[in-house]
Order: sequence, then structure tokens, then C-alpha cells
Amino acid sequence: MLRARRWSTRLFNLQRQGRMGTTAPIDGEEAAVVGSAAAMDPAVDWAVPQYREPVGLSRFGDRVLLHTILYHLGHPDAGAYPPDIHVFPTQISIAAQIPHAVGLAWGLRLRGEPGAVLCYFGDGATSEGDFYEAANLAGVVRAPVILLCVNNSWAISTPVRLQTAAGSIADKAAAAGIPGVRVDGNDVVAVREATAAARRRALAGEGPTLIEAVTYRMGPHTTADDPTRYVPPEELAAWAERDPIARLGTRLEQAGLWDDDRQRAAEEDADRRFDAAFDAAQATPLRDDVFIDTAYASPTPQLERQRRLLHDERSRGAG
Amino acid sequence: MATMTMLEAVRHTLHEEMARDERVMVLGQDVGTLGGVFRATEGLRDRFGAERVVDTPLSEGAIVGASLGLAWAGMVPVAEIQFLGFTHQAFHQVAGQLARIRARSGGRHGCQATLRAPFGGGVRAPELHSDSLEAQFAQCAGLKIAAPASAADAKGLLTAAIRDPDPVLVLEPLRGYRAIKDDVPEGEHIVPFGRAREVRGGDDCVIIAWSAMVQTCLRAALEVEEESGASIGVLDLRTLVPLDVEAIVAAAERTGRVVVAQEAPPTAGFASEVVATVQEEAFYALEAPIARVSGFDTPYPPAMLEERWVPDVSRVAAAVRRTLEARA
Repeated sequence: MLRARRWSTRLFNLQRQGRMGTTAPIDGEEAAVVGSAAAMDPAVDWAVPQYREPVGLSRFGDRVLLHTILYHLGHPDAGAYPPDIHVFPTQISIAAQIPHAVGLAWGLRLRGEPGAVLCYFGDGATSEGDFYEAANLAGVVRAPVILLCVNNSWAISTPVRLQTAAGSIADKAAAAGIPGVRVDGNDVVAVREATAAARRRALAGEGPTLIEAVTYRMGPHTTADDPTRYVPPEELAAWAERDPIARLGTRLEQAGLWDDDRQRAAEEDADRRFDAAFDAAQATPLRDDVFIDTAYASPTPQLERQRRLLHDERSRGAG
Repeated sequence: MATMTMLEAVRHTLHEEMARDERVMVLGQDVGTLGGVFRATEGLRDRFGAERVVDTPLSEGAIVGASLGLAWAGMVPVAEIQFLGFTHQAFHQVAGQLARIRARSGGRHGCQATLRAPFGGGVRAPELHSDSLEAQFAQCAGLKIAAPASAADAKGLLTAAIRDPDPVLVLEPLRGYRAIKDDVPEGEHIVPFGRAREVRGGDDCVIIAWSAMVQTCLRAALEVEEESGASIGVLDLRTLVPLDVEAIVAAAERTGRVVVAQEAPPTAGFASEVVATVQEEAFYALEAPIARVSGFDTPYPPAMLEERWVPDVSRVAAAVRRTLEARA
């Protein structure tokens, strides 16, 4: 959690320095993301994220940070996870990844493979057709998928009360005939336990679970947003009191497992890891017409013509 | 060889591919117990079981979107969308997801999925059952599009589609399902993508088309040839993406006169892409302006009007006569 926030902050600062593209800070949502990922086995399970979560998915491999940095740099290799990293490429279109996660989980079952799939999306995503269609299909085919809604109370400037008249996001599970669970999304242990229980169900062939992790987006939607135009300061202050990292820190301190020295050492370690990943990202080669080679398994004759034309125009343009 | 309708060829191919590769599965509305609303999937469920031949909820977006996930899990999904007009409700998953996932993953992981959809007019169907939307999909880079015009090609192109590592939309002509009947090779029959078929040779003019319009164009070619003695060729594109530019250019250079026929509305239809290709690659061989024959820039009309709307033999023949008479 500490790493996720630290890395998210580093990405934010780099964006402000003009060295990084748009980023979506994770502040406040670390327990929901890191806690759920902690319940998964990265050797067999998969994570299918939206766009805010990848910085918190190191559970699925150290390389996830490198790919997250590549993503925000706008590098085309961002989604090129090696086969042993079971993470889907970052999804921008809201809720579009939910049917993918259901299909993936269903396919793993059909292939006789042991994994479950953890799919992330926000409260706004539960207003999309893809959410309902995918949850419904998951229930029918008993896909081993965990639909994890990180309800951070905001979809850019739209509060969750304007997203739905439903009593809760978890209530929406009823329409798909699957269990809906509501959990304190700022309590990392509670999130992990709820996810672990959903994973046991999935692997036992009992089908999908919808988990609503109730939390709060403590930062802006993205680096391009100005939340002071719509977030009530007193509401933000109340949620800051429930900061998931501070809460865990207090519990660990009371148990004698955490202190300032360990905090400092953990932050330094997070920075070292980020610096190394950032260096690796900047050193990742970029072929200038790679887009022609990655649209299809092999370029169509039309694309090869377009490549020749591009090279010809470049050489003539350079005159 | 066995003589089959296009529909029988599609069904036969699905049986063969499912028998050949246990990863191949069929999913869609009513494809299982019923065997599909046109019976294209008849017998599959009894032979291969309900796990691999799946009656899904009525949910085009989830059928297409789940196909991406199934493909990433190592299955080879063949999804049926009952009518191409209903892909509007899955277009975000086709255009925004299946087509782009290989590029999004930096080329690492594609989506070996086939979407089959009947389309086109001529069977007096209700609204949204007859629309020719191929140009909308041709803009979805990463997706391939096959549009067979014969039963033999229905087998050869569908086989190629199922085995293709990229997502493929296979357009099956509604009015050709039972009306088009020809000899289909037995055993493995693959028609590689991007190779047009010369339906008939001709030195004075070539008509370029795909899917059910090929039959219309063939009749128009025979009619004009008989009355004028001019030699009229017909070129069937077979796949729109990839496009056989070489065959188009060769036909244009040989004849100097080109007619492109499609059912879709004219504005920004795929015929316009063919016209632009001829203009770019064979301009100096042209002896007449290139003619387009299309539907109209209107929504596809109700059944009582469709004979006026869908280009017929007389409209194509008129365009050929106009092209033959023109002097550059």
C-alpha cells in the first residue's frame, strides 16, 4: 500500500514536471486494490484492471511497475506483459474489461486450468451495459471471476448517489443471481478476506462474486482534473481520517510491528524500486513504425504499402 | 466435391473445425438446442456438447467481449451474431476492444476469435436485419473482414477465419444462404485472405463486388455482354480486409473501365475505398470514370421498398453501359 501510494505520487510529480503523460492517482484506494490482489495467486490467477489500479498490482510481479510507467509515458510496449505476468493491459473504456474478465475466467475453466480472475472497475462502471451483461453471463456460465468494484464515491465529478438509485452497488448482484458483498474498502484485511472467500467460491465451481469495496478517491480523477470544483472539503477531511495506510500503520504500531525507522526504510525501498523502473522504462527502445507491426499478427499488404509510403515521404520530406 | 448451399457449407465447416481442434467453441443466441435461427449450427451441440456449443444470454456485447477473454484463455471462439444490424449493440467491443487488443498489448497477445453475422437484403426481414455495415468495420484496424459469395468460399474463408490469429468478421449473405449453391471441396479447404476471385474474365470492363452482389453483377455482365458484344469481367473481392489491391489494379489496367457495386449506402461505403485504390494505382489506365452502384444514403427501408433500394441487375447493367459509352 505504501509503495502504491509512493509510486503513484512519483508518477504525479513527473507529470507535473512534464516528464510523464496523464496519470490517475491511487490515493485512498490502496487497501481496496492491494488487499484484493493479496488474496490472489499470481502463478495461476489473473488481474484485469481499469486504469487506476496497475500501480497497486505488484503482487502480480515486479515488472507491473515498469509497464505502468511505460503506459503513462505513452510507450507502445506498456501492455506487452510477458507470459508469466497475468495482468491484462490497462483499459480506458469504462467497464469494457468486465466481459473480457468473464470470458477469460470461463475459458480457464473450459481449459481445465486452475485460476480465478480478479476484475477491477469503479462505481461509474456499474452504470454501463457491459457491467450488467458481463455479470449476467458470468452467473449463467458460473465463471470463476471476482468482480471487484472499487467504489471510490466519484466518477470524475459525478457522485455515486447520481450513478444509481440502488441501495448499494453490491445490491446489483441480485440481478445476475450472484452473491454481492459490501466491504470496508479502507480496511486492507477485510478486503483481502472478502476476496479470498470469493476466490474459494470461484475455484470450488460456485461461480462469480461481486464485491463492493467502499472507499474514497482522496486525489483528483487524473492529473488533468481539479476536484476542488466539486469535492466538499469536509467530506474529504472525514475520509482522510480513515486513510487506509494510516489505519494499518496504527494497527501495526500497536502490535509492535511498525515504527518510524521501518516507515522510512520502506519509503526509501519504494523510491529505489521506482527509480530503477523509471530508468528501465526510459531505456526501453522505441521503433518508430512499431504500430504497423503490432496491429495484426503480421502486417497486411496494405500496411506494408503504407510503411513504404511513410518511409518514402520521410526521405523526401528530409529532402 | 459435394454440392451445397452456403448455409450447408457454413454448417459443414463448423463441424469440421470443431472436430479438428478441441479449442474451437461456438457461442451465441439460439446456436445450441435450436441450431441457430438459420440452422447454421445444427447438430453441433449433440456432437460436441453444451460446454463447446453455448446458448448465451441475449447480450451481443457480452458475447463479443467474452470472446476476447475466451481467446486469451486459449479457446478459439466462433461467435454468432444473429444479424449484422444487431452488432450496433456490440460495436464498442468489436471496434474498441477485439480489434485493438493486439496493438494494446504491444503485439504480444492477439485475439483469435471469429464473429459470424448474416447481413444484406432481399428476404423481406424486419428492420435492422438487412443492413450492410461492412464499411463501419473496415475502419476498425486490427479486424479482418471476409465476405464470401459462393458456398465453396463460405467454407474456405470461414476455415481461414477460425484459424487466423487475428479477429475476423465473416459476413454471410442472408439471401444467399439457400439461394447460392455450388460445389464445395471435401476435406481441408482454405481460401487465403487477400486473394480476390476472378468470377469471369473480361477485357472491356470489370465489375468489382463482394458477397451476394457478386451474383447480381454476374447476371448484369452476361446481359450487357449479350446485347453489346463487349467483354465484361466480374471480380469478387472475397475479403475486404486485407484487400487484394494487385487483383483490383490488374483488372483495372486490363479493362480501363471499372464499376464497383455494393448494397451499402454510397457515402463512405467500402466501394469508395475500391474507387480510391483504382484512382491511386491505375489512374493512367482508365478510359472512363469509375462508376459506383450502391444503396442510398437512407436507413435500410421496410420490406415493401427493398426491391427499389437494393441494387439489382438493371441498375448494375446501366452503370456498365454508361461506363462503356464514356470516353476519357
